[in-house]
Amino acid sequence: MKYDAVIGMEVHVELSTRSKMFCGCRVDFGGEPNTRCCPVCTGMPGSLPSVNRRAVEFMLKAALALNCKINYENYFHRKNYYYPDLPKNFQTSQYDSPIGYNGYLEINSGGKTKKIAILRVHMEEDTGKLLHVEGGKSLVDYNRSGTPLMEIVTRVPAPEGYDIIENAEEAREYVQRLRQLLVYLKISDCRMEEGSMRCEPNISVRPAGSDRLGTKTELKNLNSFRVVHLATDYEIKRQIACLEEGEKIVQETRRWDDARDETTIMRTKESAQEYRYFPEPDLVPIRLSEEYVEEVRSQIPELPIPKRDRFVKDYSLPLTDAEVLVDDPSLADFFDRTAAMVKNPKAAANWIMTELLKLVNESGRPLAECGIKPEDVKAVLELMDSGKINRNAAKQVFAEMFATGKAAEAIVKEKGLEQVSDTSSIEECVDRILAANPKEVQRFRDGEAKLMGFFTGQVMREMKGKANPAVVGKILKEKLG
Amino acid sequence: MELYELTAHELAELIRTRKASAAEIARSFAGRIAEKEDAVKAYITVTEDKMLQAAEETDRLAAAGELLPPLAGVPCAVKDNMSTAGVRTTAASRILENYVPVYNATAVEKLEENLIPMTGKANLDEFAMGSSCENSAFFPTRNPWDLSRVPGGSSGGSAAAVAADECAFALGSDTGGSIRQPASFCGIVGVKPTYGRVSRYGLLAFASSLDQIGPMTKDVEDAALALNVICGRDVMDSTSLSAEAPDFTKALTTEIKGMKIAVPREFMEKGIAEDTKGAVLAAMKHYEELGAVVEYVSMPNVGYGLPVYYIIAPAECSSNLARYDGVKYGHRSPLSRDTFSMYKKSRTEGFGPEVKQRIMIGTYALSAGYYDAYYLKAQKVRTLVKNDFEKIFSEYDVIISPTAPDTAFGIGEQTDDPYTMKLADICTIPANLAGIPAMSLPCGFDGKGLPIGLQIMAPALGEEVMLRAAYAFEQTSDFRKKPAFPGGNK
Amino acid sequence: MLTKQDIEAIAHLSRLEVGEDAEKLTEQINKLLDDFASLQAIDTSEIKPTSHAVPMYNVFREDEVRPSLSPEDVIKNGPDTMDDAFVVPRIVDTD
Repeated sequence: MKYDAVIGMEVHVELSTRSKMFCGCRVDFGGEPNTRCCPVCTGMPGSLPSVNRRAVEFMLKAALALNCKINYENYFHRKNYYYPDLPKNFQTSQYDSPIGYNGYLEINSGGKTKKIAILRVHMEEDTGKLLHVEGGKSLVDYNRSGTPLMEIVTRVPAPEGYDIIENAEEAREYVQRLRQLLVYLKISDCRMEEGSMRCEPNISVRPAGSDRLGTKTELKNLNSFRVVHLATDYEIKRQIACLEEGEKIVQETRRWDDARDETTIMRTKESAQEYRYFPEPDLVPIRLSEEYVEEVRSQIPELPIPKRDRFVKDYSLPLTDAEVLVDDPSLADFFDRTAAMVKNPKAAANWIMTELLKLVNESGRPLAECGIKPEDVKAVLELMDSGKINRNAAKQVFAEMFATGKAAEAIVKEKGLEQVSDTSSIEECVDRILAANPKEVQRFRDGEAKLMGFFTGQVMREMKGKANPAVVGKILKEKLG
Repeated sequence: MELYELTAHELAELIRTRKASAAEIARSFAGRIAEKEDAVKAYITVTEDKMLQAAEETDRLAAAGELLPPLAGVPCAVKDNMSTAGVRTTAASRILENYVPVYNATAVEKLEENLIPMTGKANLDEFAMGSSCENSAFFPTRNPWDLSRVPGGSSGGSAAAVAADECAFALGSDTGGSIRQPASFCGIVGVKPTYGRVSRYGLLAFASSLDQIGPMTKDVEDAALALNVICGRDVMDSTSLSAEAPDFTKALTTEIKGMKIAVPREFMEKGIAEDTKGAVLAAMKHYEELGAVVEYVSMPNVGYGLPVYYIIAPAECSSNLARYDGVKYGHRSPLSRDTFSMYKKSRTEGFGPEVKQRIMIGTYALSAGYYDAYYLKAQKVRTLVKNDFEKIFSEYDVIISPTAPDTAFGIGEQTDDPYTMKLADICTIPANLAGIPAMSLPCGFDGKGLPIGLQIMAPALGEEVMLRAAYAFEQTSDFRKKPAFPGGNK
Repeated sequence: MLTKQDIEAIAHLSRLEVGEDAEKLTEQINKLLDDFASLQAIDTSEIKPTSHAVPMYNVFREDEVRPSLSPEDVIKNGPDTMDDAFVVPRIVDTD
């Protein structure tokens, strides 16, 4: 039998505000235990929350960028449950009035565009962290407690005109697209490995064509895009295998076991959790005015997909190149500024994707901190275009610029890299090389055409790479012909 | 006349005119506490050293020529459900028996900023749940007017301390009458301000949407002075009001000619003791003599206040008290084998029966399937109660009623059934539901010589008209007396 | 009418043990629920619930960092602590 998978995705994202959701403690990752805590985020008796204005703005921005409808009247609710990482034993969250609802996110699937339906975007607070130690005990650290947290949940089934996630590829694509969007909005660093972005797919399968949903399982602890893909794929196959064997799927939470490359059971959900939601009496409602919502909307920068499409259209780039360039907003911006000032944006794109990215990666620093400017790429490309330096020299020059910040012209001069196009000096050199390699000359003349590369290499080496390769080829052909 | 017998404003005057030092005053109260505390048991923790140090500091600043705040050097008791840095804060519960906070409640911070020395932490019903102070996990407080009787509650320790001159004034908290009812039982003045007037930051929450801190004092002028200290917007409490707090002493005139006073029949009917009713009727007459217009009105929904309160308060409390779990502070059961047994055993051992029952009622009222029938319904009826008040206040300046249906009852008399809807709260609860200011002041004595309280309610932010009505009554009557309890002043 | 089993389930949700008081508690809580019945008769279909006695909107704190407590103060009242963290016994998951 053929099966279809139905995948819902719940993503939690920590916001990169300066301070926490409901108190003034600094938001950061890691650090010594309980060093970023106060009476509020540790639930000391008598403490009260107060809402971080910027956190609300960030979540509104995300909701708008995800094409959501906006709730103009927002309430916080208390979600009551006991767990040691939750100091008040309730989480302050949104319940029946999420700030955003009924939106969508565009993803690529097999060359087609899908609009993944989003059910809700809501505001809440993160929990503390537990560190399990020997003797079955755990240490509780509340540094993370109260970090602004945004929950984004897809809508399953999707309404008419929208799609759901249907396979592991799409699951990965969805979370990558989501991350890209949030990074563009500058509201989260979305580091999966640090847990600032956490993805929890819930998966069910059903016979192809059926419109009844199967029993779903939920996956937790997926700490990279790769694992989102692997685990989702594994879980779909596991469930199909179960059904084929005539077994029932059990509603449960499963985790990805990296060592064994499989999902394993974490806990079974017997009954619906009794969270006893009720409106948080310690906080007052948030009323968003239309002017405010529009003001926040106007602050949204050009998002990755429109940017990608513009690169394709305005700079005649292939779609795949445009995808690479828009992946990181600072890279996209770098290219955008370079492309605007050069004759051949395609050449600039190639240079940036190969030479620039290689140097940035080697440096281990983000592009913004590397000091290299679009003007530098322009200068190198122009030197190459005018024939002043050849491609090899250009790479050398660019690497030097990247390392020292010196101007291109100065490096060319200092290192004597100016390309030699003067026929007489190249001819002289060609004569020397041919004279020194009589055997190879004979073999070439006997038909071993590939030796042309050998002669070219010898000449270029002799001339320290400065010879114009076109001129060298022409002279060699003349002399050997 | 001993220093401890004076009102806060009299003591403040002595300090201002250098007729007494803050240290002398503090020593006078320390002596009084030593003398009376064994009988009254108003305090869970007495902070004598801290009080004396603070008083000496005040004297030093005075000697240096600093301009002192109005109540500088006037000792104040603090109900033991307000967080005090470095001073044990128990909420009269075993679960917090050894809890020493690292931060001050905003109200406590304001006392310190105003150089007001703290006498100690006053007893209460556990987590402010109760109306007799008998639900304290440690010991009951006794009514200075009759040591065999309760001082009322939950702010019973604060009320008894004021009545017994064991402090010049006190801070209490009021969720359903917890300031006004003990004030009434102990013959003092107690004010529950408008919800949000005083920051709740650092008040150990019982029912967040009803709780409010307020002063308990020997007279109305002291109440106005104390309100001046503790009111005001606080960024740490999102529900604290942005409205500027006025100088409440400016409202204290006896000129109330033409003031319109409403007396809801519903507050004068069921279960009101004859003596109490008589005292309130006399007060109505007194107001008329002062030139006020006094009329009976009807508030048809006010009677629903009781069931509404008994759903909303436990619901909020069930969530507010979830944090007492044995992880971060307070009692952890030695039987904690895993987190589950830690929660269950610590809470079962740590909470008293009344608290446990309220938590359970609240848990039930909030659970899926019952939320709409209980919590949501209660919140809707709360709107009706609020509307009743709005209607009355569109025509009247203040509402008066008895504070409590009867005077102080005997210790042990009403403890059989630890948790039933108490008619005793019927007059006080509606003000909490509506968020409006309300106060109690002495208006007479019953046949046993026990004080009777008159409740005055005003519209939201109407503390000034309420205080004026109270002041006019107080200044033209003679019900402010001292208890002549065994070993009393005389 | 709540049964003794209901009361035990509520106690469980409340992380409390009722033990031998279960029956007495059942009786008391049922009595209270009876008292609540008067509310059900009131027509509130057109009435908005009141969560906040005094209506207020949009109370925010600016996104500014304020000093945190020292870790010593954070854990000062902890019943069991180690390395500036609270220690809890084996964690069991229950609904």
